[in-house]
Amino acid sequence: MIMEPIKPFSSVAVPLPIENIDTDQIIPARYLKVTDKSSLAEGLFSDWREDPNFVLNDERYKGAQILVAGHNFGCGSSREHAPWALKAYGFRAIISTYFADIFRNNALKNGLLPIVVDAETHQKILDMIAEVPQTTIHVDLEAQTITLPDGQSVTFPIDAFSKTCLLEGIDELGYLFTQMPAIEAYESAHPPRVSIGGA
Amino acid sequence: MAKTLFEKVWDAHVVASPPNSPSILYIDLHLIHEVTSPQAFTVLRERGLKVRRPQQTIATMDHSTPTTPRGLDGIIPVVDAMARAQLDQLVKNCQEHNIRVFELGTEHQGIVHVIGPELGLTQPGMTIVCGDSHTSTHGAFGALAFGIGTSEVAHVLATQTLLQYKPKTFEIRVDGQLADGVVAKDIILAIIANIGVGGGTGYVLEYTGSAIRSLNMEARMTICNMSIEAGARAGMIAPDDTTFEYIIGRQYAPKGKAWEEALAYWRTLPTDEGATYDRQFTLNADELVPMITYGTNPGMGMPITGQVPDPAKVGDASEKAGLEKALQYMGLQPNQPLLGHPVDVVFIGSCTNSRITDLRLAADMLKGHRVAENVRVLVVPGSQQVKKQAEAEGLDKIFKEAGAEWREAGCSMCIAMNGDQLQPGQYAVSTSNRNFEGRQGRGGRTFLASPLTAAATAIHGVITDPRTMIRAKQPIEVN
Repeated sequence: MIMEPIKPFSSVAVPLPIENIDTDQIIPARYLKVTDKSSLAEGLFSDWREDPNFVLNDERYKGAQILVAGHNFGCGSSREHAPWALKAYGFRAIISTYFADIFRNNALKNGLLPIVVDAETHQKILDMIAEVPQTTIHVDLEAQTITLPDGQSVTFPIDAFSKTCLLEGIDELGYLFTQMPAIEAYESAHPPRVSIGGA
Repeated sequence: MAKTLFEKVWDAHVVASPPNSPSILYIDLHLIHEVTSPQAFTVLRERGLKVRRPQQTIATMDHSTPTTPRGLDGIIPVVDAMARAQLDQLVKNCQEHNIRVFELGTEHQGIVHVIGPELGLTQPGMTIVCGDSHTSTHGAFGALAFGIGTSEVAHVLATQTLLQYKPKTFEIRVDGQLADGVVAKDIILAIIANIGVGGGTGYVLEYTGSAIRSLNMEARMTICNMSIEAGARAGMIAPDDTTFEYIIGRQYAPKGKAWEEALAYWRTLPTDEGATYDRQFTLNADELVPMITYGTNPGMGMPITGQVPDPAKVGDASEKAGLEKALQYMGLQPNQPLLGHPVDVVFIGSCTNSRITDLRLAADMLKGHRVAENVRVLVVPGSQQVKKQAEAEGLDKIFKEAGAEWREAGCSMCIAMNGDQLQPGQYAVSTSNRNFEGRQGRGGRTFLASPLTAAATAIHGVITDPRTMIRAKQPIEVN
């Protein structure tokens, strides 16, 4: 599956300033009994969405594509169903001060942009949203910037490889196949450490 | 140049390091299960790709499998149609790609992180991955083992490699001697309470020190298992004679000359004198007491004799809000003790604490007792082999006579997607690894603790310090 390139976009940002949001909250395990990726959007934050006051139940955030979350977003389980569910729901970027490693990897492979900002910028965004609930943020991956309504532009880090993949819609599996000569050379120099009988 | 254990294993597996790109890392062993593999096989199917190394891939069923006792026909019934379809899909995928699969209820089926070591597949110096964050467990053998997402499962199936940036290193040194009633689970809960659930993010942990060296392999697995709960994808322990004695003779362990060669290599793996880590943390085992969590992440832990923290005393606004939210979910008050707090369920199992030594600890505690009325106690062996061994030792009888349920092997109530789950509002003391909201069932409330604390709690029906029970009994081997 070749990904769609990430072009610049603007969206209202949804505030979810809770620390350590784990992937069990993003999508509870009972939604993992599937063999495909359909129907995951309904599982997104499903326990929290039972609360009518939960932010995703707020009509003003309908269709929003940016989530502003507390630090260590996506900790816990390695389930890729978490970024799948976020994408299926419509999110394209998550802004936090840092992400859990496995979640960040999974997000990047699905065109969901994990945007890391410093604590001060993070707080400023949350303050802006507190003031104006429908605060729009502009995301430009090529420039590695987010632009806030007051015109302030903040750069965010992303490794060059992931950036190229996301901008050009290159998928990593295809890239790995371009490395096949090196893989074959490694295998001929290193006999397998285990050999398990087949099915 | 002096290298750490991690650096040695990493360097030995780098296939290529193209400029401005992640390294291509070779994977020695790929473990798969029914929940995180189906969409990866779909990718292969869509692109007409094969599994590159089926001989280095093994499948088991554990997450969505029921643990209900077998019927008279000897078969474990799967009543959930979605789970059934997922299990059938795994078999189909494995048959299509010639991968060995341990089907539900068969001789070697069990939790993926229990069967790998048990079969001798998990070996020092290997790279091991699985679409499961608790793959860190295998680091107890001096392997570099970490959890991956389903896209990466497809990458490994198709190429036997992964794109990876080199993580930083973090030494966690634990010296000293554990007191009676204090076990490996207490060490790791104390470490996570200290460094926090994000403290290991970006790092591979290496556990060192005399207290770690004195642990048996299963206790070491408990420690490495929860590395991810500190945010570290992997945790490692240098292999030593304890490791080699565990591996020798197991089904897939090297034999004869191959064993001698492997052993010689494994002995070169421990961190060199003078090698440095990017970060260090030290814990004194002498001072440790049994630990328990009070909140909704594994970092919210405290000594079992302690009091629930008071959000009013937390300076950081975000941390304070997190604590308030956790206490509200848990139905706990600031400053209250947890000793004596009633529980509805005790769960002994999971990839953290379902191996034979864990069950022996629990059985030793429960022997000659009855579990408290109105407390449901589930004992779930990690694999069919653990179950068989426990039954050979008569542990199942001790559990059943005490009034506990003796179940089939699987993830069970750790993940609550297989029929074993808490009801809303119920409290559980659990030997598993995550106390996240709803983790053990929607609305369920989890206290994480050791098998000793779980068993002591089962007897009294309230959270109990296992040391008070041990003092009244013969001394037992706790490590």
